[in-house]
Formats: sequence, structure tokens, C-alpha cells
Amino acid sequence: MKQSSVVVDLLLLLLTISVLTTPAFSDLVLSKVERRIDVTSQFARVTKSLKVVNPGSESVSEFMLTFPKFLGNNLAYLSVKTKRPLANLSVKKADPKGIPDSISVYSVALPKTLSKGDSLTLEVVATFTNVLQPFPEKITQGEIHLVMLQESAQYLSPYTVESQSLSIKLPNARIESYSKLENTKLQGSELKYGPYKNLPPFSYSPIVVHFESKAAFAVAEKLVREIEVSHWGNVQVTEHYNVVHRGAQLKGEFSRLDFQARPNPRGVSAFRHLLARLPPRAHSIYYRDDIGNISTSEMQSDSKKTELLIEPRFPLFGGWKTFFTIGYGLPLSDFLFASEGKRFVNISFGSPMIDLVTEKIIVQVVLPEGSKDISVTTPFAVKQSQEIKYSHLDIAGRPVVVLEKNNVVPDHNQHIQVYYKFSNINLLSEPLMLISGFFVLFITCIIYTRADFSISKSSPTYLAKLQWDEVVATLQEVQSIIQKCLAAHDKLEASLRDLSRTGDIQTCKAARKSTDSLLKDLSKELKPLLAFLQSSPSASHISPKVEELVVKEKELQEKLMAKHTTVVEGYEKKSSGRDIENRIASQQQKIIALRQEIEDLLEFIDEI
Amino acid sequence: MAALESPQPAATTTAMRHAFGNVLSVLILVLIGVLAFSIRLFSVIKYESVIHEFDPYFNYRVTQFLSKNGIYEFWNWFDDRTWYPLGRVIGGTVYPGLTLTAGTIWWVLNSLNIPLSVETVCVFTAPVFSAFASWATYLLTKEVKGSGAGLAAAVLLAMVPSYISRSVAGSYDNEAVAIFALIFTFYLYIKTLNTGSLFYATLNALAYFYMVCSWGGYTFIINLIPMHVLLCIVTGRYSPRLYIAYAPLVVLGTLLAALVPVVGFNAVLTSEHFASFLVFIIIHVVALVYYIKGILTPKMFKVAVTLVVSIGMVVCFIVVAILVALVASSPTGGWSGRSLSLLDPTYASKYIPIIASVSEHQPPTWPSYFMDINVLAFLVPAGIIACFSPLSDSSSFVVLYIVMSVYFSGVMVRLMLVLAPAACIMSGIALSQAFDVFTGSIKYQLGGSSNSTDNAEDTNNAPKDDASAGKTDKGEEIVKERSSKKGKKKEREPADKPSVKSKAKKKALVLPLETSIVALLLLIMLGAFYVIHCVWAAAEAYSAPSIVLTSQSRDGLHVFDDFRESYAWLSHNTDVDDKVASWWDYGYQTTAMANRTVIVDNNTWNNTHIATVGTAMSSPEKAAWEIFNSLDVKYVLVVFGGLIGYPSDDINKFLWMVRIGGGVFPHIKEADYLRDGQYRIDSEATPTMLNCLMYKLSYYRFVETDGKGYDRVRRTEIGKKHFKLTHFEEVFTSHHWMVRIYKLKPARNRIRGRAKKLKSKTTSSGWSSKSEKKNPWV
Repeated sequence: MKQSSVVVDLLLLLLTISVLTTPAFSDLVLSKVERRIDVTSQFARVTKSLKVVNPGSESVSEFMLTFPKFLGNNLAYLSVKTKRPLANLSVKKADPKGIPDSISVYSVALPKTLSKGDSLTLEVVATFTNVLQPFPEKITQGEIHLVMLQESAQYLSPYTVESQSLSIKLPNARIESYSKLENTKLQGSELKYGPYKNLPPFSYSPIVVHFESKAAFAVAEKLVREIEVSHWGNVQVTEHYNVVHRGAQLKGEFSRLDFQARPNPRGVSAFRHLLARLPPRAHSIYYRDDIGNISTSEMQSDSKKTELLIEPRFPLFGGWKTFFTIGYGLPLSDFLFASEGKRFVNISFGSPMIDLVTEKIIVQVVLPEGSKDISVTTPFAVKQSQEIKYSHLDIAGRPVVVLEKNNVVPDHNQHIQVYYKFSNINLLSEPLMLISGFFVLFITCIIYTRADFSISKSSPTYLAKLQWDEVVATLQEVQSIIQKCLAAHDKLEASLRDLSRTGDIQTCKAARKSTDSLLKDLSKELKPLLAFLQSSPSASHISPKVEELVVKEKELQEKLMAKHTTVVEGYEKKSSGRDIENRIASQQQKIIALRQEIEDLLEFIDEI
Repeated sequence: MAALESPQPAATTTAMRHAFGNVLSVLILVLIGVLAFSIRLFSVIKYESVIHEFDPYFNYRVTQFLSKNGIYEFWNWFDDRTWYPLGRVIGGTVYPGLTLTAGTIWWVLNSLNIPLSVETVCVFTAPVFSAFASWATYLLTKEVKGSGAGLAAAVLLAMVPSYISRSVAGSYDNEAVAIFALIFTFYLYIKTLNTGSLFYATLNALAYFYMVCSWGGYTFIINLIPMHVLLCIVTGRYSPRLYIAYAPLVVLGTLLAALVPVVGFNAVLTSEHFASFLVFIIIHVVALVYYIKGILTPKMFKVAVTLVVSIGMVVCFIVVAILVALVASSPTGGWSGRSLSLLDPTYASKYIPIIASVSEHQPPTWPSYFMDINVLAFLVPAGIIACFSPLSDSSSFVVLYIVMSVYFSGVMVRLMLVLAPAACIMSGIALSQAFDVFTGSIKYQLGGSSNSTDNAEDTNNAPKDDASAGKTDKGEEIVKERSSKKGKKKEREPADKPSVKSKAKKKALVLPLETSIVALLLLIMLGAFYVIHCVWAAAEAYSAPSIVLTSQSRDGLHVFDDFRESYAWLSHNTDVDDKVASWWDYGYQTTAMANRTVIVDNNTWNNTHIATVGTAMSSPEKAAWEIFNSLDVKYVLVVFGGLIGYPSDDINKFLWMVRIGGGVFPHIKEADYLRDGQYRIDSEATPTMLNCLMYKLSYYRFVETDGKGYDRVRRTEIGKKHFKLTHFEEVFTSHHWMVRIYKLKPARNRIRGRAKKLKSKTTSSGWSSKSEKKNPWV
């Protein structure tokens, strides 16, 4: 506030001097100037239509645009067009001699030289940030947000202006005050100055408009946009915002009660929402900050656009800051194109947020690994550099095009093109890497389990292991033999049962014979195994058990034979079934006990 | 399998069976890992990938520091953003296991160019480690009772609610990795005990080291293993394997434990470790005795025994005396407060209110057992019985483990976590044995009908059974009758242990077909109930991150994200060096999420400091202002649930502030805040209560919300409704009023009369400064 008013004072002083001293630049005359200033948002958007006539004799190819310095310093965007033919004219900052410091000058190269009598209409769009000064600078929660705008009612120009008018579009709200000059009119929310006729060069009459603004003074102090291009079909955009409310600062308490009060909530100066207009077919949208997801957002999408209404964690009052990240995926086919053997990404430069001013934007376009010959075209000047980013299993890293620009307004939301060369073979490198990685892993596993990795083939542990393997094999054989014996016993028992059913003694005897021979064979087989176990040192703690097992088995065999003989004899003598049962009862019990013991032993050996 | 077997020779068949079995168990283990991981993702799916609760935020912050600054900086980290103005030496007071683990994972991933954030790694550390823990359980149980029991135990552990409660995605706490370390240490101990391999003994010491790094609960290991060793010695099971399993663990383990800064010399100075040293001496004596017994004749040995015992008694006496003296002279009588409250459950509530004030240090209730281990509680006894038939070194260890953990869990609800693996192992054993019996019976019965020889056996078997059972035909009764008759067999079927081979022939263990099928179905149903309960517990009970709350109302899901709202506000809109005072519960979150210096936090190491904050909260405004001002506090944060009915707010915790404050500053008396022994905030409340800072900060302008001041948590109208704050001003209140932040007013505004004068002065000066500026449109 202080600064700007000082600037105004200085300007007034200097202008009066300058008007007297500066020579006319050229003989151009502005026959008609229409200016329109839109201050419904937080920045001032000035649209001018200038009709330039060259009455002099010399032909002119350059046109000077001038702004008071305090505006010129805040100039964020400037474009000059001609309507017929439709063309964008190049503008550059000029510093001609004889112009006082309080004026910023831009020179516009005209599309064709204006010879005598020719005329041309220029359409100028300029956007200024920070020109709506909050006044008062600090307000309490309940107060409304007042801002003021300083401008000149007359168009500041190095040329003579024949006819001009100015209209200021104010937001539809309270207007505290405005400078009243001649020909001033207030129509609704539109303030009009002029028309003024035949003004000399460098005429200036300062005006101040003081009004209520309901716009969100959301300023991103820093915005990092990362655009990652993946040829697998996705463009991933991640945007990190450091947002601050640049309106009048909040003083005193913040009361949630008053803020939530119905029907008259106090806290109109705060903004709760930001609206992002994302490209159509945006998907996988997220909204978070460094401590997690923020659940207050809404999304609406149709075929033309995707609108994301985000609400910061807390309402932002003047001077309050916050940080958040939004991210979304876009279909690759909408943004990647091919031309002349190259590919190019065509994507918008600025933030998708509506009416957001960005003080510093860093756009990083991450291209796929292996991209070459990178070049960028932008519609306006930006600072360029290149980096390397390592992401998902990269080896060489992905080239990153970094574009930086200060003071960005929505007018900058134009498309930039990043050209590069890329071969599709590179796409396969990472999957192949993964496949070979797993392949190697499995092969190693197989080799490890199959191959023998003992360092010394004669080391005692290795020999012990070999011996142990042998012992285990022998044990298994012993077990299987014992199992067979047991099976033979079962057969014998079965024959006894058959006997009790049919009384056929001959078959029973035959069974006995065959079992006998079988058991004999088995015991023969058993002998060398036992001898081996006894001789083997590593089986020392098992061999007693095995021996016990064999002994028990023998015992069982004998008992069984005895039982068999008894029963068969009983049948031969034709004694009654009960009698036989009585006789074998004691044997039967022993048999069961032995059997149990054998099974326990088997189980024990099995566990080894 | 059966079809495969028949055409092949016997040897190949068994080999094939083994190969199939191995492949199958590897596959099952992988699936168990996936199950353990994915059942813990409910919190991510239902909420978001975010760190939970309180302590995890601290661990997260430490991990961030570690990943940013490296390991050496981490060891030397003096944190000046907490315990202001004292600060805290983080490197020396934190169990670094979890942090180092996650830090290493992050580092490895990043060096492979897999760009995961530290937060993501931290969130998923716990689920990953619970998969490891279930594999470790498999190994341990396999050592005890074979791989069938191992698989059953692993699948039970993968989803036991007690463990889920501490290891859902985002619950980035020490216990998440410590349970894995605990089970793995036990596994290696059993493995060493079974093999007598020095290799495993060394690994065991390393695993123990990892456990010491991870959690204070390592004392459980260093007491349980000596107890088991002692048990083995007493029951005459001493063997060189036992010696190899124990002696290296004590020597190496103690040395390694002393390397962890937070333990340091405590590893030899505090009594928690003394049991291990005592047993270390005993095992050497026993080893010596066995050695001498080996080289002497029995007669000479007897003489030697009498000689040594008499001398030994004297030596022992001296050693015990020295130990007692050491215990008495070491800090806190040799026992830390938490350990003391383990032995004497009433110790904490009697002497240390700060320990008693934590809900997880309370003894659990019966429902919480059912909630946390569910049907395992019923399977455990069966498992114990199975462990006794036959009793081996390893099975006696798990029995001891379950007994000790049941005792400890009964003391402190937090230690339910130690019980859970034991219960899973026991239940796994029980289930596997039961399945063995039932499927064995079914297989035998079905096989019998198809095969003629088996059929013969069967017919033989049936009449025998009938005879012994006294001609009853109900299956159950046969079982009982026979078991009582045989005497050897246990009453419960799960206790029986048939080996696979002898199964078909163990007629004694064969149950009737119908009984087996019914019992099998019942067991499957039991398992199904367990699964349903676990999934419910994982999805509903234990997934809430507690920093963001949700409630289901008629018009959909309502999210209460007030904590993060206010932490974000603090972090972006206050100066980076401002100090924030709050009750200690919110300390970790404030430092981690808001990045502001706090006075006290959840690491309750300085009781006096906490008492100072408690006193400030319980004092009237002026006194509180002075305390806070002396601590350089700029903002005071209180949590208030009265508007939306959030019960764990500061008013409900307030009595603890009074108690802890009163414990150090006697002018704060609990009785002043209670009306007839009742804690109330309505019109009956005492004036001390109604004038204390906590009351005022919580209820400032609360009455204006509904005109009555109805507190939805306490279900009453508040006592004092209209009041103004003199020393504090409201700067932020979250959307649902859950967090309210106040700023200390600067000193000069305190006195009213002067304040007015000052005010007029400032306004006039304000005018003058403005008029200087020359208003351009006036």
C-alpha cells in the first residue's frame, strides 16, 4: 500500500516533467483506443483495442506499448494480435532513450510497415498480478475483503490519442469508492471513464477504485508439475502446490463457531474451494498432502472436461498457507503425436486450477528411458534445462525437460510441445530385465538344490553325511522288510479266520507253509542289513533299536506260529471253538502287546 | 495321489510322495504369506495408505531421518523438537530394529531404482513381516511336531486377530517386526536343541540380537529360554545339544545386546537378565558333573558328589548373596517399572500413574481373550496334551512358552501379542493331530471296503471292538470305552498321534467312519468360524488408523479428518520454531505431522515434565499461562469430542493429568476435581474443575453451538457455559471441533485496565501511521 502510493506520487511528478521533455517517438496517431479492465478475479486483465494510423510521411514498422512502471513490473502476460490478418505479433521489452524510469516500454513489431495513411487495429491482452491491493491490509474474520485498483483514466501512450474510453468490470458486490473525473459513469458493476478526445502523448490521470472482492486470492508460491510420459499408454501428471491466500491478512481470533454460523457465516474473506479443470478422460485422480489423503474433493466429468473441486484441509484466510498434491493419469493417445520421424508431447503448460496465480512454476516433462534428440517449443519464453531421473528399474535414467517460469497466470495455459526420438524396442527392456532376473533366481535355486557344494570331499562331516544317507537307506529297507513280515502275519491270521469260518484245515496249512518260507526269505534279507547297521558308526544310536525291533518281530513270529499250531491242532482234534479261544487267549494278548511294541518302534525309527 | 502311486514301484512312490509333499507345502507356505500380507490390507483399502495411531508416527519420523541423513547421523541424533527444553537423544533411547529394517528396505529398493516413498515402505513393513512371522511359525512348529502341524500353525498365525491388531498396514510399530524376531529366535533355539549344531546356535544369537534391537520384549526370550534349560536339567534331559543351544546364546547374545545403545550395560546390570546368568552357571555345573560322571567309576563319583555338594552349597550361597546385593544396588532395584508391573500386576497403578494411564498396560478382560485369539483358546489345551505324547525337548519348550505367555498376557493386555504365536502353535499341533486321526480313520475304513485283505482285517477288527466295548454300537462310546480300557490313550482324540505308516494298522486308533466324518466337519466348521472372525476383526475392529475416523450415517459415509486438518494448519501457518503444548498422547503426531516442537510426547521418559503439563492443564488460566510461558509455549492444543461424541478426548483423560500432575506438584489434588468421588463436568462439578484450563479450552464458546452446551460424550449439559478467555485466544478449531488450538496472549494484554489504554494507544498510532501514508483518494 505504502509503496504503491509512493509510486503514484512519483509518477505524477515525473510524468509532468516527462510530458514536457520527451520528444515524440514517431508520428503515429491512435485514432481510437478502447480499454477494458476485468478485475472480477484476483488479477487485472486488460484488453485493449488500438487503432493505429500513420499520418506522417515516414513508414513505421515498430509500435511502442507503454505501461506505468508499477503496472509494468507486475505484468504477467502480454500478447498483441492483429485482427486482419489474424496474427500474433512479437513483443519485446525495449529501453529507448528519453523515456523516464517510471514507464515500462514494450516494442511491437508490426506485421507490415505502415506507410502514410495506413491504419491497423491492434488487440492487446495484458494480465497484471498483485495490482489489486487489499485495503485495509488486515481484517478480522467478520469483515469483508476490500481491495483497490490504481490505474489511469487516460491511456498512457507515447502517441497522440484522438479518442479513447476505459471500462472497468468490477465484481458484483459493494463498491466502496472510486475516483470521480469528468465523464465518469457507474453502470451496475461496470465503471466507465471517457470518452476523452485528443489527448497529447503521455497524458495520465490516476484513478483509484476501492471495492469488495469475493474472488479467491489463491496464489501458488511454487508449483511443480511433473508430466511423466509412459509409452505403455499413460501420461501421469503430478502437481505439487504451495498455496497461500494473498488477500488481506486475518487478524485476531479464528472462530470455527462464527465460520460455521448459520445463516450468516462470518469469514467471507476465506476461500474454501479451488476448481481444477482437468483434460477429458483424466483418470486415477488423487488429492493428498504429505500427511495423507485429503478426503474433501468432488469430481465431475463428461466427454469434454473433468472438473475437480478440491477443498484444502482448512479454509484459507488471508495470509494462511497450505500445501497439497494432485495427480492424475491421462490417456497417451490424446497427448502424444508423431511428426517427421519424431514424436512430440503436446500438453498444456500452466496449472489446471481456475484463477490461480503461480509465482513460480517448474514443469518437468519426464520422457521414457532412451529418448533422444529432445527439443521444446513454447509459445512464450521460459527457462529451459535438462535433468536425468531414475525411476522404476531404470539403468540409464529418463531424460527430463525442466521448464521454469515466474509469474504465471491462466493466460499461460497454452500447449507446449516436447519433441523427441524413441525406439519401441526400448519398451521391452524392463520386462526382459525382470524376466531374466527371475530366471536367474530360479536357475540358481535349482543349481543350489541339485549340485553338491561341499568344499572338501574327504572332510569328516561330508563323509558322515554320506554314511548317514546310507544308514537312512538301509533303515528304510529294514522297515519295508518288517512291514512285509507284518503283512505275512496278517495273512496268517486271515487264514485262521478262514479256518474258523470254513473249517478247511488244508488251505490253512498251505498258507502256513507259504508264510513260513516267505518269512525265512525275509529274515535272510534282513541279516546283511543288520550287519551293516552294526558296523556303521553313525548308526550307533539307532542300531540297538533296530535290533530290538528285529528281536521283537522274531518273538511275534514265534508266538504267532505257536498260536497257529494250537488253533490248527484244535481244529484237527475237533475241539469246540470256545475251547480253542480259551487256549489261545493268553497268546493272543501277548501277540497284541508285541504288535503294539513293534509299531511303536517302527514309528520311532520312522521319525529318525 | 493314490492313482499315481499304484503303478509305480514302492521306492519311487515314496519319493514322489515326498516331492509332491514338498512342492505342496512350499506352495501352501507361499499362499500363507500372501494371506498374512493381504488380510492386513483392509486398512489401506477401507481408509488409505497412511501411518496409524501414535507410536508409528514417531517410528516413521525416525525412519525419515535415517533415510535422509544416514546411519551415523541417526546414532548421534539429538532431537530438539521434542521434550522442549530438554530434548531427547533419539539414537540412544530408541529400539532401532524396526527403523533400521524399514530404512534398509527403502535403501535397497531405491538403489534398485524402485521409487517407493519412505512412507509406503513404513506402511507395508508390518504386513510383510507378518508373512515372515507365519513362515517362522511354520519352521518352529515343524521342529516340534512335523510339517503338518507347522502348516496349520502358520495359517492360524497368519490371521490371528491379536497379531493383526498390531500389524495391519500402517501400524508401523516395533511389535510388527518383533513378533517375527521372537518366533524366529525360538525356532533357531529349538533347531539348535534338536541338531546340536553350533551353526544354528550362532544364528540363534544373531536372531536374538535382532530381537533386542526391535523390542523391549526381548526380556521374555532371555527369561523363557533359561527356564526351559532349567526344566530340561531338572527333568534329567541334559544333553550336549542343550549346552550348545544355551551357552553360546548367553555369551554371544549378551555381548550383542550390549551393543544396542538403548540396552547397553543393562544387559548385565538389570535383574531381567540375571536368570540367564544363573542358569548359565548351573548348566556349566551340570556339564561338569556329567563329564566327571563319565570318567569316574560310580563309587568314586558318589564320593565326589558329596565333596562337591558341600563345597558347592557354600559357593552358591555366596553367589546368591552377591546377586541379591547387585539387584538391590542396580537402578530401580534392578527391575524397570514395566517389568515390575508384570510380576505384580497392581504395582503400576499403585506407584506409577503414567504407566497405569495407558490402556494397553491394563490387565485384559475375558472377552478380549475371545476377541484376540478366538477358537484358539479352546484348541490350546488339546495342543498341550498332544505335546505331552511324547514329551520331547522341543515340545516341552512350547508348553513352557504357552504357560508363561498366558500368565503375562493376564497381566498386561499388550502382551496378548506374545501369547498369540504360542496359542497358534499349540492349536496348530492340536488341529493337525486331530486331522491325522480322522482322515486316517476314514482312509482306513474306505480302503478296507475296496481291498479284500483290508476287508478281512476290518471284519476281524469290528467284532473285537464290539467285544471290548461291551456291545455298544455308538461310535463315541466305543472310543471312550476303549480309551478308558487301554489307559495309555488320552481321552481326547486330537491327543492321539498315529504315524502315517502305522496308521492303517493301528486298529486301536481307528474311529468309526461316521464319527470321523462328523468330527472332521465340526473341525472344519470351527476353522471356518475362526476365519470369519479373523476377517471381521481385520476388516472392522483393527483397521481404523485412528487419525481419521469415519461414521456411517443415513446419508453415507462421514469422514472426520480433524486431526490432520489441525496438524496441517499448524505445520503451514505457525512459525517453524513455535512450541506446541498438548497432552503427551499427541506429542508424536505433532512432531511428525505438524513438524512443531512439543513439550511432552508418548515416550514418557520424564515424569516431571509430563506432570508440569498436567499441572498447567489442571490449573486456572493465569497459573497455566505462567507455566506455559515459562516453557516458551506459543500454542496449546486440546482434543475435544463433545460436539460429535468422540470419547477419547482430553476431558476424559483429564483425571490422569490431575493424578500425574498431583504426583509431582502436591497443590494439585485429585479430590478438588471430584464431586463426592465422581468425575463430572455438569453444574454439579467443583469450581476447581470448572475453572481449570482444560475445561475452559475445551468448552470455550461451546454453548453457542446449540444454546445449551450439551456434551455428547458425557451426555450432560456443561456446568459453566458462558465465559471468556483472558490469557489465551482461539486461533484454530477443526471442522468438527475435535482439535482446538489456542495461542497464548502476549504478556502486555493481560491486565485489563492497561490493556485498554494500550489499545487506544495502538489504534491512534495505527491512525497516525496511516495518515502518514497519504491516502491517495481522500
